[in-house]
Amino acid sequence: MWPNKFDYQRAESIDQALELIGDEGKFLAGGHSLLPVMKLRLSAPEQLVDIGRIDSLRGISANGGLSIGATTTHAEIAASGDVQSMCAALASACGQVGDQAVRNFGTIGGNIAHADPASDPPTVLVACGATINIQGADGARSVAAQDFFADLFETDLEDGELITGISLPNCSDCQCAYVKFPHPASRYAIVGVAVCLKMDGDTCAQADVAVGGATVKAVKCAGAEAALAGSTLDDTALNAAADMVKADIEEWLAGDVAYPEAYRQQMAGVYLKRAVKAAAG
Amino acid sequence: MSTRIFGSGIKRREDPRLITGEARYTDDIKLPGVLHMAVVRSPYAHANIVGINSSAAEAMDGVVAVFTGEDVDLAGIPTAWLIPDSDLKTPEHPALAKGKVRYVGDGVAIVLAEDRYTAQDAADAVEVEYEELPVVVDPEAAAQDGAPQLFDDVENNIAFRWVMGDKAASDGVFNTADVVVRDKIVQQRLLPTAMEPRSAMAQYNSATQELTLWCTSQNPHIHRFIISAVTGLNENKVRVIAPEVGGGFGSKIPCYPDEALVSWAAIKLGQPVKWTETRSENYQITIHGRDHIQYVEMAASRDGKLLGVRATVYAGMGGYLSTAAPGIPTILHGLLYVGPYMMDSVYCESIGVMTNATPTDAYRGAGRPEATFLLERMVDMVAKRIDMDPAELRRKNLIPAFEDGYEVATTLIYDSGDYPAAFEKALGIAGYDDFRSQQAEARADGRYLGIGITAYTEMCGLGPSQVAGAVGFQGGLWESATVRVTPTGKVQALIGASPHGQGSETTLAQIIGDELGFPVEDIEVIHGDTTETPMGWGTYGSRTTPVTGAALAQASRKLKEKARVLAAHLMEAAVEDIEYDDGKFVVKGSPDNFQSIQDVALMAHLAWNMPEGMDPGFEESQFYDPPNFVYPFGTHIAIVEVDANTGDIELKRYIAVDDCGPQINPEIVAGQIHGGVVQGVAQALCEGVIYDDNGQLLTGTMMDYTVPRADMFPNFELGDTVTPSPHHPIGVKGVGETGTIASTPTVYNAVLDALAPFGVEGIDMPMTPAKVWQAIQSAGS
Ligand SMILES: Cc1cc2nc3c(=O)[nH]c(=O)nc-3n(C[C@H](O)[C@H](O)[C@H](O)COP(=O)(O)OP(=O)(O)OC[C@H]3O[C@@H](n4cnc5c(N)ncnc54)[C@H](O)[C@@H]3O)c2cc1C
Repeated sequence: MWPNKFDYQRAESIDQALELIGDEGKFLAGGHSLLPVMKLRLSAPEQLVDIGRIDSLRGISANGGLSIGATTTHAEIAASGDVQSMCAALASACGQVGDQAVRNFGTIGGNIAHADPASDPPTVLVACGATINIQGADGARSVAAQDFFADLFETDLEDGELITGISLPNCSDCQCAYVKFPHPASRYAIVGVAVCLKMDGDTCAQADVAVGGATVKAVKCAGAEAALAGSTLDDTALNAAADMVKADIEEWLAGDVAYPEAYRQQMAGVYLKRAVKAAAG
Repeated sequence: MSTRIFGSGIKRREDPRLITGEARYTDDIKLPGVLHMAVVRSPYAHANIVGINSSAAEAMDGVVAVFTGEDVDLAGIPTAWLIPDSDLKTPEHPALAKGKVRYVGDGVAIVLAEDRYTAQDAADAVEVEYEELPVVVDPEAAAQDGAPQLFDDVENNIAFRWVMGDKAASDGVFNTADVVVRDKIVQQRLLPTAMEPRSAMAQYNSATQELTLWCTSQNPHIHRFIISAVTGLNENKVRVIAPEVGGGFGSKIPCYPDEALVSWAAIKLGQPVKWTETRSENYQITIHGRDHIQYVEMAASRDGKLLGVRATVYAGMGGYLSTAAPGIPTILHGLLYVGPYMMDSVYCESIGVMTNATPTDAYRGAGRPEATFLLERMVDMVAKRIDMDPAELRRKNLIPAFEDGYEVATTLIYDSGDYPAAFEKALGIAGYDDFRSQQAEARADGRYLGIGITAYTEMCGLGPSQVAGAVGFQGGLWESATVRVTPTGKVQALIGASPHGQGSETTLAQIIGDELGFPVEDIEVIHGDTTETPMGWGTYGSRTTPVTGAALAQASRKLKEKARVLAAHLMEAAVEDIEYDDGKFVVKGSPDNFQSIQDVALMAHLAWNMPEGMDPGFEESQFYDPPNFVYPFGTHIAIVEVDANTGDIELKRYIAVDDCGPQINPEIVAGQIHGGVVQGVAQALCEGVIYDDNGQLLTGTMMDYTVPRADMFPNFELGDTVTPSPHHPIGVKGVGETGTIASTPTVYNAVLDALAPFGVEGIDMPMTPAKVWQAIQSAGS
């Protein structure tokens, strides 16, 4: 657990962070993904730029939609009344990240930049139509969460670009939920399913579904969404959606010796049903 | 106020320093000028070393030296359990590999540097050229013709073949039995995962030629022995200190290359040298437990009489034979094949096999969990085959109560037991009779409940030294202790054993307090330093309370006798007229006329007025060699629910009724049972080493290897019965391993009971949700 040598600098502002970050540098947020890989010597950045003290990157504001700064911790998001009312699934997902110590340090920006396939927040961000706000030397840009996550540990982020925050539509008139099957050792998701339902009486007018953990990245599941939309979320619809979700994630499946792809694929179906039931209340 | 403290659940005196971070572990000890050692470890499981180039590493700032196997002139790391009549091979285990590496993590070179970071950087800069060789990790595969060979002088990788029992007699039983059940059981490898990783620091004084080694040891006197042997220093010039040790579970019994290397480097360089393993190293190089492939059969009559058990066991030894490794799957395993049952035929053939994996050795329970598991698995299979309730089958076969010796077919003589009492008590707590109807109702609702029962006994309190010698253990198994009282009446108890988390400082103080009447807070128990403490063989095998505790009780009784005589002399009374009452020596019939134990201690030190022939001072020592093992026993019951959709298992209830004789401190007994149960359940449900075919450890971090967590468990429901050991001065038996021994089969059988409607016959441990779900799918199709 002895990292290679590196330089450490603390940035006071976004501009300074962008200035300091060189070709071989990495931003340091909560350090809960970066430092473990450095200690295992799987990653050896020459320079760390600590963005943890930049005030403008931290905090949650609600005006119309939700704006969450990149260095806001999982614990802060889980505890936020605004997040709980405008996107309950995100509060729930952040509340299920790791354990309390991890949630107190880990940040949403670091989480999505790292893009661990077993992370929780990305699944909700994809289901709920979030936007990732990015700033680079050449200015600011925004990307839909669905397009941001590219593959295993791969995102749309260019070298030297900083995630400043995420924006979420106000979801307070939807019913959303996130359920996960945690890995018994790491507590990362073996399977995580996020659903966001717009109900019209007993009928589901629109469903948004995403799956993570079982896949190399958070995947939006059009087939399952179609199976749910227009239904009363009865068993037939749920079974159909569970079948569809397995097909939706087929090309993105991930697994390991202990929890193989086939098992995770099946569990996506089981957890989809649980997520819909949790959302529908 | 009475000082009687035996049986009182006083708080562990160790806890404040452990909880507040004040405890001082090996790595906390700082010496000026210390050099840090990093070990260059093989990334391959099996390879020839073609060349090593350390020039880049040596040129780095802050690097003092780099040494390879060719430089290090230490004797090989010895194996210290030479089991007889087994054609045992003890292939050489050099401290650093010479010419060939045999598992991932095998040490190839060491770097000594001024700080730990530089040491690691330099270790990474040592260039080693390897020629990869074919790899074998599975012990059964490794024993076959044509398997990759680890050592030229270990044919088919078979290090030993140990046989217990009479094959012809066993065959006779199995050939004629009504019923024979059989199974292949895999006891997967486990990582001991002590909270404190291993650490070692050595300092050599060239003027006095004395070496001091601080290290994470469960048995510093054994470490001294071995370090003396491998370095060539006289034993009286080696001091081994085990400061606070943060758990071991067996993994800190062996002497590893690392301890020898820091010692060698400290002598060579004339500077202190420290090494502390990382958690990754801990998982890679510190011994693993279990690793059996067992082919097991049990014979029974149609009406439920158990007739015999037999097994062929392939026990994975890893790349080298660790300190006690050969004794684990043999002596500590086969001898337990009768368990608590009346069963006359046992046969075991245990084959120790070298494999390209981390060496294995004693891990909590060490051989006995693997025996109890196969027995209890077989009993459940017999019950199913003859369609008898598994509780009824056990009840029918339990050995009836006995108080003083019961000889079983494995040649052991169990000391005392009342298995039926513990069994019925556990069934009562569980409400067994009602459970079956609840289970039936739940099944009708699509819920899968299951129950598992284990009746067990085990041998611990290791053990009579004569037996140790007969079974090839290269040491004695007695303990010694000194009870030393200061002039002001405070007690220092010096013990040769080396507790490391068990709470023995508390329980042993309770024994002394109870014998002599000193307030328990006036008693210090001192351990872990070969210069300060008398000789002892260490803390393992649930032996410290039974063996050291007996030595302390007897030393205390000697002091009490001295005190009685001195008190009589001081009060000018006849010795026969002195009665002991709670720390006071009272003249019979005259309660105000007494000398307290503290008064006597002072007078013994002053020696102003001693009886004729009595020496001054107030201190006694005792060597205690137990006449037999002690045999705790009990019954454990688990109730589980399996989610058939996911394969997830919920442990709903866990009942443990254990009998360890009189309990010195019931809170500590409960703590040992809790911890033991948790580790045993973890083997059933979540822990398991995974290697790939190249011998790479896939469960190399705590993100992958699932140690159990509190939220996996319900509140344990504990019960006890009390059957003293007849041969022990205070009747106590060990309780450090019972939980681990009993709980794995209990939970395993409960899960299979839950899955009975699906026709699932077996699942390899750990029974993760993925495996359970797969088993349900496969059985259903
Ligand atoms: C024991 C443990 C359990 C965990 N369990 C879970 C779990 O169950 N679910 C889950 O989702 N996560 C889990 N995590 C991960 C946790 O959520 C991490 O904190 C998170 O993934 C990374 O956030 P961080 O702030 O620590 O990022 P850091 O570790 O500081 O950084 C991670 C990466 O992101 C980059 N980065 C950080 N911030 C930015 C930014 N604003 N812009 C651009 N790049 C940036 C860094 O350069 C680095 O490459 C766990 C972590 C641990 C240690």
